[in-house]
Amino acid sequence: MASDAITVPVGQTEARPWVDELHQWLTTVDHKRLGILYIVSSLLFLAVGGVEALIIRIQLMHSHNNFVSPEVFNRMFTMHGTTMIFFVAMPVLFGFANYLVPLMIGARDMAFPRLNAFSFWLSFLGGLLLYFSCVGGSGLYGAGSAPDVGWWSYAPLGARAFSPGHSSDYWTLALLVSGFGSIGTAINIIATILCLRCPGMKISRMPLLVWMNLVMAGMVLLAITPLSAAQIMLLIDRYLGGHFFDTQAGGSAVLWMHFFWIFGHPEVYVLIIPCFAFMSEIIPVFSRKPIFGYPVMVAATVCIAFVSMSVWAHHMFTIGMNSYANSFFTLTTMAVGVPTGIKIFNWIGTMWGGRIQFKTAMLFSIAFLFQFLIAGLTGIMMAASPFDWQLSLSYFVVAHFHYVIVGGILFALFGAFYYWYPKMTGRMLSERLGKWHFWLFLIGFHLTFDVMHLPGILGMPRRIYTYEPGRGWDALNFIITIGAFIQALAILVFLANLVISYFKGARAGNDPWDAWTLEWSISSPPPAYNFATVPTVASRRPLWDLKHPEDPDSRYE
Amino acid sequence: MSMLNMKSSTLRLLAQGILLLFWSAMAVWASEPKGPSPHGTNIFAPASTPAKSIADLSVFVLVITGIIFVVVFALLIYSVVRFRARAMDAGREPAQVYGSTQIELAWTIIPILIVVVLFLATARVIHAIEDAPEPAGAVEVTAIGHQYWWEFRYPQLGIVTANELHIPLSDPSHPTPTFLQLLSADTDHSFWVPELAGKTDLIPNHPNRMWMDPQRTGVFLGQCAQYCGTQHAKMLLRVSVDGPEEFASWVHGQQKPAVEDAGAVAGRRVFESNACINCHTVGGTPADGRFGPDLTHLMSRATIAAGAAENTPTNLRLWIQNPSAIKPGSLMPAMKLSDADLDAVVSYMETLN
Repeated sequence: MASDAITVPVGQTEARPWVDELHQWLTTVDHKRLGILYIVSSLLFLAVGGVEALIIRIQLMHSHNNFVSPEVFNRMFTMHGTTMIFFVAMPVLFGFANYLVPLMIGARDMAFPRLNAFSFWLSFLGGLLLYFSCVGGSGLYGAGSAPDVGWWSYAPLGARAFSPGHSSDYWTLALLVSGFGSIGTAINIIATILCLRCPGMKISRMPLLVWMNLVMAGMVLLAITPLSAAQIMLLIDRYLGGHFFDTQAGGSAVLWMHFFWIFGHPEVYVLIIPCFAFMSEIIPVFSRKPIFGYPVMVAATVCIAFVSMSVWAHHMFTIGMNSYANSFFTLTTMAVGVPTGIKIFNWIGTMWGGRIQFKTAMLFSIAFLFQFLIAGLTGIMMAASPFDWQLSLSYFVVAHFHYVIVGGILFALFGAFYYWYPKMTGRMLSERLGKWHFWLFLIGFHLTFDVMHLPGILGMPRRIYTYEPGRGWDALNFIITIGAFIQALAILVFLANLVISYFKGARAGNDPWDAWTLEWSISSPPPAYNFATVPTVASRRPLWDLKHPEDPDSRYE
Repeated sequence: MSMLNMKSSTLRLLAQGILLLFWSAMAVWASEPKGPSPHGTNIFAPASTPAKSIADLSVFVLVITGIIFVVVFALLIYSVVRFRARAMDAGREPAQVYGSTQIELAWTIIPILIVVVLFLATARVIHAIEDAPEPAGAVEVTAIGHQYWWEFRYPQLGIVTANELHIPLSDPSHPTPTFLQLLSADTDHSFWVPELAGKTDLIPNHPNRMWMDPQRTGVFLGQCAQYCGTQHAKMLLRVSVDGPEEFASWVHGQQKPAVEDAGAVAGRRVFESNACINCHTVGGTPADGRFGPDLTHLMSRATIAAGAAENTPTNLRLWIQNPSAIKPGSLMPAMKLSDADLDAVVSYMETLN
């Protein structure tokens, strides 16, 4: 756009020595830089976790395959799960929250910039600790090894009797350390949203992204703390002679399951709610309409947060709870589908009557809606606990949660990348590479995860490094593996797009999508101080009001 | 009104069509070549009451979710196609609509009603399976999960065996269901034979219970479903459902002490003078270890190493010589026997009918 020359201050274009630049990145307390650090570090871990997934898929390509040993396979699925949840999904979402929340509420930074930097470095250190197990896992006396206890580290498999050496200690420390980082970030997000909103930005006028990140941060506080407590108890068991989870001394394996899943299920919503947030910003802009039912969307989010705190034992339907407990968790789990359904309807309601522009960000959002619908419905199937007695711990569950995490969260994230990359870098991502990325990833995703439901129905348990021929699983697994490689190819296209567009992309200007929230009112990338003058808003869409003075939103609110 | 009726019946047809496709796809996969006798592990081919009531509930849930899918998917596709931006819009903005209380109420209340229906249907099945009383004729079995094999004890019958569970056919008019008490000796495991019942975990310090009343004879396959360590994958499970006479004769055979074959004295001596007896029991001999499978009637079993290999002399020899060749990470140590001792022990094992 024509205003580029004005919006990029002259001083910023001068090249600094790289040591200076590096020093600035390492010591920064700027929420935008920390956001980008979060995002870049999670992309690194995404590549590592992706390679682990490919190793798993090669091994399972056909029955009795010998690509890796059972020990290596078990380490791969443990590291894949832990990496993807704790060091990809959470940091990348925190990164976007860090970057966007202050911009969207007209603030100049997060409430606690130094806590922000501290939290990021804790999270990153956690990831490094996890991978340091590959060097120091067995202690000083032998070659290292990654943990192989599964990403839940169910008791008593995580006890010293069954996991000697230090590999699972690195797992514990990694989660503990990054957990403190997450708690710090959550406190920061809450404080920022409650205290730093610009004049006129009442809590009922905040963009939905801000609302949903507020809810997410609250859930982090409630979910991460029991996990951290459990990790400390596990360390006490392993090194100070405790017996919390030590079944050989009267401890309880089920106690660990409760601790883990009272973290684990809210965690799913900690990950998906920021993605709902992306959808609630992207879909309106590319449909050219405000979000349908803003108050209902807020209420549904809060409702999901409450109900999802009481569904954790649906991960434990097979542990032999009595019929009342199973019925209770069936009911709560099905109930959480209602507010989630309301959200899907509201997004469709937003598109209804709009003029939908099929930019790459919107394509990913539409695919998100489709896949999240299916993921929700398979979720309802497993909420019916007897059905879950068959499906739980099988490949059906693996397909289901990858439908949520890849089909839902990752697709929404890709949408967010295409939508906000111009703001973060000042350059547009290539739409041509974007379409390649989208269609390849869509095909690969469905080839892998649609098919993956079937071996579960045919009795294939998860976490097995090989299987017997003649069970009807071979052909299915082969197709799944092909799909995984197509997805990997799509990710390479995406990474190439990120790099190439950074240098060669078209200039974005302030507001490439003709959007309505405050981050688009300032230059791309924004200056360190964000807003030269703190804005004042009169409605939920301040830029709409600016662009349409004859028909501002503020008239209706 | 009739329009509405027609619409919903069309939708149901559509949903059934999708289901049918789904079924036939599964039937194709399930019918891939498999051995003559063992049944597969398809959760939609139940042979016992718990598996059957789960499959019925599953179909009900699938139909409901299928209908929801078709409706929402149609709405999504319609809005994407119908409301796409066109050249003639010339950059004008569409009407700005902020919401509608009536519509929000509709799409809140209808899902709540669906949830109530699904919940009631589910709660019935939970109660029917979990709270089923144990009838007088029931067979009781204690199943104990070990890293990486199954121990089965029949307290009423005085039988101990491993990996291959034998249970009687249950005639619905005179039910003889089998009730399993599930225990674990080490880590968590899960007992899953999809065509007989849903899975239930075996957790140390946390006894569980499950039951099945098979109505077809034959061998049913399954395996450990809860990750339990290195060889979780090869903790396979076979349940042989026997007719009344077959079951009685199996019980009779298992109750006898081990066969004493004069031709295998050398092998028996090797077995009893090595560490074998620390872990294995052979009924009626000094071997009374309980860490590994009971070998009293080893030859009555079709497989060794928890289903990882067929029970042939060659496999047995390989297993004793180097368990890692069959099941790397198995807790059975390589015994480092001389070739002569190895042959002797294998021929001793061969006599344990």
